[in-house]
Amino acid sequence: MRVQEKTINALVVVGLMALPLIAFVNDEPFTITLATRAVILAIAAVGLNVILGIGGLVSFGHALFFGIGGYSMGILAHHAQTYTALDLGFLTTDGTKLMPVIWLVAMAVSAIVAYVIGLLILRTSGVYFIMITLAFAQMFYYFSISWAKYGGEDGLSIYVRNDFPGLNTLIPIQFYAICFIILCIVLFLYARLQASPYGLALNANRQTETRVETVGLNSMKLKLVAFVISGAITGLAGALFADLNRFVSPTMFSWQLSGELIVLIIIGGVGRLMGPVIGACVFITLEHFLGGLTDFWHIFLGLILLCIVLFARGGVVGVLTGKEGAHV
Amino acid sequence: MSTILIIEQILNGLQFGVMLFLMAAGLTLIFGVMGLINLAHGSLYMVGAFAAAAVAGATGSFLLGLIAAFVAAALAGAIVEMVIIRRLYKAAHLDQVLATFALILIFSEGTRWLFGSFPLFLNIPSALSGPVTLPGGIQYSLYRLTLIAIGLAVGLGLWVLIERTRIGVQIRAGKNDREMISALGVDIGKLYTLIFALGAALAGLAGALVGAIQSVQVGMGEPVLILAFVVIVIGGIGSIRGAFVGALLVGLTDTLGGVFLPELFKLFMDNGAAQKSGSALASMGIYVLMGVVLIWRPTGLFGARA
Repeated sequence: MRVQEKTINALVVVGLMALPLIAFVNDEPFTITLATRAVILAIAAVGLNVILGIGGLVSFGHALFFGIGGYSMGILAHHAQTYTALDLGFLTTDGTKLMPVIWLVAMAVSAIVAYVIGLLILRTSGVYFIMITLAFAQMFYYFSISWAKYGGEDGLSIYVRNDFPGLNTLIPIQFYAICFIILCIVLFLYARLQASPYGLALNANRQTETRVETVGLNSMKLKLVAFVISGAITGLAGALFADLNRFVSPTMFSWQLSGELIVLIIIGGVGRLMGPVIGACVFITLEHFLGGLTDFWHIFLGLILLCIVLFARGGVVGVLTGKEGAHV
Repeated sequence: MSTILIIEQILNGLQFGVMLFLMAAGLTLIFGVMGLINLAHGSLYMVGAFAAAAVAGATGSFLLGLIAAFVAAALAGAIVEMVIIRRLYKAAHLDQVLATFALILIFSEGTRWLFGSFPLFLNIPSALSGPVTLPGGIQYSLYRLTLIAIGLAVGLGLWVLIERTRIGVQIRAGKNDREMISALGVDIGKLYTLIFALGAALAGLAGALVGAIQSVQVGMGEPVLILAFVVIVIGGIGSIRGAFVGALLVGLTDTLGGVFLPELFKLFMDNGAAQKSGSALASMGIYVLMGVVLIWRPTGLFGARA
């Protein structure tokens, strides 16, 4: 049976709207929290999908941006809740508990870091790129462990979830709504980006870099812009994730998380609009149900991944539509 | 800061470096010849350590434990290569990353299932425990000194294997032109399994040797794996010589940075702050080293591939 990709996409969006509402009516806040987790991971993976799916660069260190987003939230909210000043050298603030401000800071810091690191690492490609992204994420991981001012290895706890004007973010369904709308905006931007002249050039750059250079486009610039956009989106997801848990710790920088983000994309389908979303939903479902059955659910996750790589190229979307999708 | 302390720390750095080399040598060989990026290499390190701890615990013999580590890791490597890895040689890097990531999950959880979550302990054999006096009156751990010797011996052995034997010729030829060497009648499948098992065995050996100074636990392989990646990126992927030089550089930078950076910072900061910022910077030191090498030479010190 072959299904149109559009049908699948519509079904996913409807499902993500309906499920939490049903859970809300049945008074199951835990299901809503699970769905929120899936949506936030999906945002992070959509970010990764920009550089990995369209750009064809396998970043094995995207937890770096997830962690930066998390720590942006953690540090700002920590100063706000302890009423201490945050001295940045050029500016002193009291921190903030306001989500939109936190999101902007998270995205800006991630983008700046992505720009600086990108200048260095985008000179490499292939296996070197994979290992170097991994190494940079590790560098931040170790730095966050030794950064005693913000909790070091223990991380930072934020007692009350941050505020969004007009909403009570402590009610699960309201926080879910915020995350879901952000996911929709990010997906919309992703779709526009993919279809824009820039997106087409980036896509061409994945397939044959030499040709793109020959027609006069700057390959490095294409990749750098993609890396910055990708980092900013994943950073935003990190801030949301930290807000969901009301906790940030060095594990947000861990290499396992980088790996999991790639896994989400592969489960769903590389370079597909909804690939990361489907991947995140499948992943969270597996984690919840297999995790409930056995403590060793990672073995089954591993086996499923192996099967996807060896037999089901193109992930869920690829299998349902019968088209493999982008080659990376 | 005395000379004795400096020499001691240099020896510690060397010991760390040669153990990293055992890991990195296999990784770089596997990438150089088969073009495969193997994240599960850290799992083979863990397999070696657990095999050594289990056998040494049951028999009381450290040597038997080491042999068990070598054999178990080689076997695990050969089986994994024949069942899964060989399907990945022609696959994209992304597929290789994903499949070997899946293998990490399976190995780690499988080990946790078999041995439980608590760390095992592997004791240093009594013949090698205790300090030894080096020329100049420096007291140094005999076991660590033995590790350095073993690492250097393995490095020499690898050099002889690759430069001076028939198998070595085949490995080098396989690196350059796999079609040609299989056309000449070399069973390339067997050769690949052999190289993978050799790399795995070295990783297992490193796991067992280091396991005696640290604890043997699930997840012990991945931090080392990431350091080994840094090593081969610095040295140039595919080059054994690069892996050796890179491993020593990383080992020394990590060890010496951890000791001397806080001391250096104390010169112009108060003690507590110097300790904190010094150790924070030291933990980032090897990545800074890698960044510098990459700006200077994007394919590593001894790397030829673009």
